[in-house]
Amino acid sequence: MVVPLSDTGSTETETLALPGDGLREGIVQRLRDALGAGVVDSLVKPGEDVWIRVTAEAWRAAGMALRDIIGCEYFCFLSVIDWMPSPYGRGEDDPTQPPPERDPTIRQGYAGGETRMQIFARVTNVKEHFGVTIKADIPDDHPVVDSWISVYAGANWHEREAHEMFGIGFAGHNDLRNMYLPMEFEGHPMRKDFPLLARIVKPWPGIVDVEQLPGGDDDEEEEATT
Amino acid sequence: MTDLADRQKLSYIAAQAADARLNVELETEGMTLNIGPQHPATHGTLRIIVRLDGEQVVWAEPSAGYMHRGYEKLTEVRTFPQVTTLINRIDWLGSFANEVPFILAAEKLMDIEAPPRAQWIRTILFELSRIANVGLFLGDLGVQLGAITPVFFAFRDREYVLNLIEAATGGRFHPNFDRIGGLKDDLPAGWITETKQVMKKLRMFCDEMDDLLFGNEIFQSRLRGIGVIPADVAKQYGLSGANLRASGVDWDLRRDQTLPMAWDKVDWKVWTHPDGDCFARCWVRLQETREATKIVDQLLDTLPSGPVMAKVPRIIKVPEGEAWVSTENPLGEMGYYVVSKGDLGPFRVKIRSASFNNISIVPWVLRGVYVPDVISILASLYFILGDIDR
Amino acid sequence: MIGVDVPYWAQSLLRVLGGTVAVLLPAGTIVYLFLFKMMSFMQSRLGPMEAGPYGSMQLFAEVGKWLQKEDIQPQKADKQIFKLAPLIVLVSTFLLVAVVPFGPDAYFTNFDAGVFYMLAVSSISTLGILIAGWSSANKYSLLGGLRAAGQLIAYELPMVLAVLGVVIQAETMNMQGIVERQNAGEIFGWNGLGNPYILTQFIGFVIFMIAVQAELTQTPFDMPIAESELVSGYMTEYSGFRFLIFFIAEFATAGVFALIASVLFLGGWGVPFSWFGWHTIDDVDDWMNIGGPLIMLTKMLVLTFLIMWIRFSYPRFREDQLQRFAWKVLIPLALLNIMVTAILKVMF
Repeated sequence: MVVPLSDTGSTETETLALPGDGLREGIVQRLRDALGAGVVDSLVKPGEDVWIRVTAEAWRAAGMALRDIIGCEYFCFLSVIDWMPSPYGRGEDDPTQPPPERDPTIRQGYAGGETRMQIFARVTNVKEHFGVTIKADIPDDHPVVDSWISVYAGANWHEREAHEMFGIGFAGHNDLRNMYLPMEFEGHPMRKDFPLLARIVKPWPGIVDVEQLPGGDDDEEEEATT
Repeated sequence: MTDLADRQKLSYIAAQAADARLNVELETEGMTLNIGPQHPATHGTLRIIVRLDGEQVVWAEPSAGYMHRGYEKLTEVRTFPQVTTLINRIDWLGSFANEVPFILAAEKLMDIEAPPRAQWIRTILFELSRIANVGLFLGDLGVQLGAITPVFFAFRDREYVLNLIEAATGGRFHPNFDRIGGLKDDLPAGWITETKQVMKKLRMFCDEMDDLLFGNEIFQSRLRGIGVIPADVAKQYGLSGANLRASGVDWDLRRDQTLPMAWDKVDWKVWTHPDGDCFARCWVRLQETREATKIVDQLLDTLPSGPVMAKVPRIIKVPEGEAWVSTENPLGEMGYYVVSKGDLGPFRVKIRSASFNNISIVPWVLRGVYVPDVISILASLYFILGDIDR
Repeated sequence: MIGVDVPYWAQSLLRVLGGTVAVLLPAGTIVYLFLFKMMSFMQSRLGPMEAGPYGSMQLFAEVGKWLQKEDIQPQKADKQIFKLAPLIVLVSTFLLVAVVPFGPDAYFTNFDAGVFYMLAVSSISTLGILIAGWSSANKYSLLGGLRAAGQLIAYELPMVLAVLGVVIQAETMNMQGIVERQNAGEIFGWNGLGNPYILTQFIGFVIFMIAVQAELTQTPFDMPIAESELVSGYMTEYSGFRFLIFFIAEFATAGVFALIASVLFLGGWGVPFSWFGWHTIDDVDDWMNIGGPLIMLTKMLVLTFLIMWIRFSYPRFREDQLQRFAWKVLIPLALLNIMVTAILKVMF
């Protein structure tokens, strides 16, 4: 049952000119009403976007609430963010030197977070012209969340890709094959501790190849290229 | 001994005959066929495993990943300006359109807006890449169905558009022209008049395709009623672009969201079709191409003067935050979810490409169709491999 | 045959040579003129221009290319049948051309059941296509072969029925006799144009041309080949010389069917006899033996132009639409045509 949130319900652009963006705060409130303690945090950028974080247990219920109560029937995408800073930096380390000290603290982004990996998805309401980004913490010790395949049929492939790239399990998805990589592939490439081999073999900016320019003003040149 | 064998054989034959009279289902084995990865009908290396019963598909499963280049991992080791060279190559037929959502997301995080002239030119090049992309689609549609002539007309007329893009940006296929804060350069002299003439030619091309392809009875009988996707299924799978609008859903990201681009400054129409079959999808794309030529004409008339680049620091550091921008690309909805940590480059970029969702519906839509219809449905869904696999 | 008395072995040799020329010359002309050049011009491109002046030697270049390719056979293919299949298809073309008259005395054979023989022999190529598809040990070829079986058998019937109308009107099954009847005949007493059966048997002509398009597996009936689905259908696994035979057979059969259509409907090798004051075939002068083949070539080119033009303008039918078209549209029309012809023949 879709309850229209604006009384015009038209196809023109909707921005309600209420202070604090009544539209999006209303969405957060409705979701809080539906899920109760499942909604942990939220961030509303007035006139732009809304981020909502739910608990991992409420992940599927949140999907159903979004689809049925908020009316977001259009499934955009689903993926995972790994918040650990990469121990390899940006692939610019000189292989002859010991690796530099890097800050390993994990800082999450909008709508907070407590774990290293967060699952996030985007769904859109095509009638009211808004979208919602919903996030959930994935427990570090047991990285499994409920599958959204019963909520949005299109989540099938997205969950397969997330499983393959990040190693997240999806309870209720009975066909978690690899999407892109061969079956025998070991490891989860998109995790930050999985090295990008191309950059290990040849760090940027290609220390081996760069020759000294005649004239000796290489420092200026290098700054200009970054 | 012989008597017994004969009698056994006779009774076996009699039993078979009796079965045939009773029309009992015989246990037949389906044939498993690989369509692809090397195949003239798939736009690249897509492999679809179908199980056939005669000529009917019982079960189909696409197996993507032959072109997976690991873009999302690669963006993490690049700086923001370097990422545009990568993402050009996701949808390589309409490649300017790939850069735009990413640049807009970075600009959103930096709180910069490109000057009006840059916004206009961005929109013009975006629509030109849409025309180039869909022009090829129309030609390809003919080839998939057996009409080998329209594709030559499509390539010939597409050359005009590619020449325009090359004149403006320096690259036919991979322009790499968008910069955070604006564009790399201004338009060359005489480009505007040239573009207007090319738009006239392209409208004639659209009419030609309308006559050659869509008016043809064989074409219609091959496409009408095939591969019907109802609107709610389309929304569940996240189909976008012409595929969604052909199922009757009135959703176009150019009109339905506010972006710092010039679409809301001109007058144009969103085309939908209630049927949701292959013909509807192809028809909507043709109308959109015509509409794109009109958009370009209007934009050229109202092109403001001024700089094409806003004031941005030489070394770009995008402040911490997350941004999601998606645009109505030629293939569908393409978006980038950019997570930045205040560094020189992004922390995580999630690339939402249109063809990934468009092809995820293939197992659902291909049940029970004939083998020739598989080709028609794939042709009408229109995917680019780089878009699926990234 | 000619004024000189030639021993039988020399006659046979001449017949063989003539038959080869009659098959290969149309094939070559059609391929160069229509496939390379006309198709290219209609698609706003130039076509082959490099080999020879305006690409005229392209055909020889292609033949040379195919001849020097490796002869690959799939491991699981049934070797003997695999090798036999293209030959069967080509043999049927040669058998067909044996019964086509090129002049009053320029023919290979002239027997009374010419039309019957022609219709019977044209289905031999179906066998070749079927076994090519089956023996290739390739699922795509198999699909192509099975589609071909259904299609070619289905479209034999409209062809036969269309030709029946001509036979009723000509009162003979002898090909030479049909030519004579057309050129010596008259339309309502006026013999300025002879009586080409295309005028009275227009429906039969259209049905015949459609059936020929299907027999040649040309678009819009090229489901067996279906380039964008089956790569090359039953021909997928053939390379080099064997593919060349299929290629030649395809265009040679197109040419030969066009020759047959011009014999049956356009008046064959002749011009209306009244132009020269002839009355029967024995009156015709001997120079017609040279002019006849030239006239046949022209008429063949006109009809092949039609076949090729439709080939690259239309998309292809799906298999069941194809069958529906044959069984529900063409055959009833052809039967109607025969009925009307028979009634009118008795009345007039």
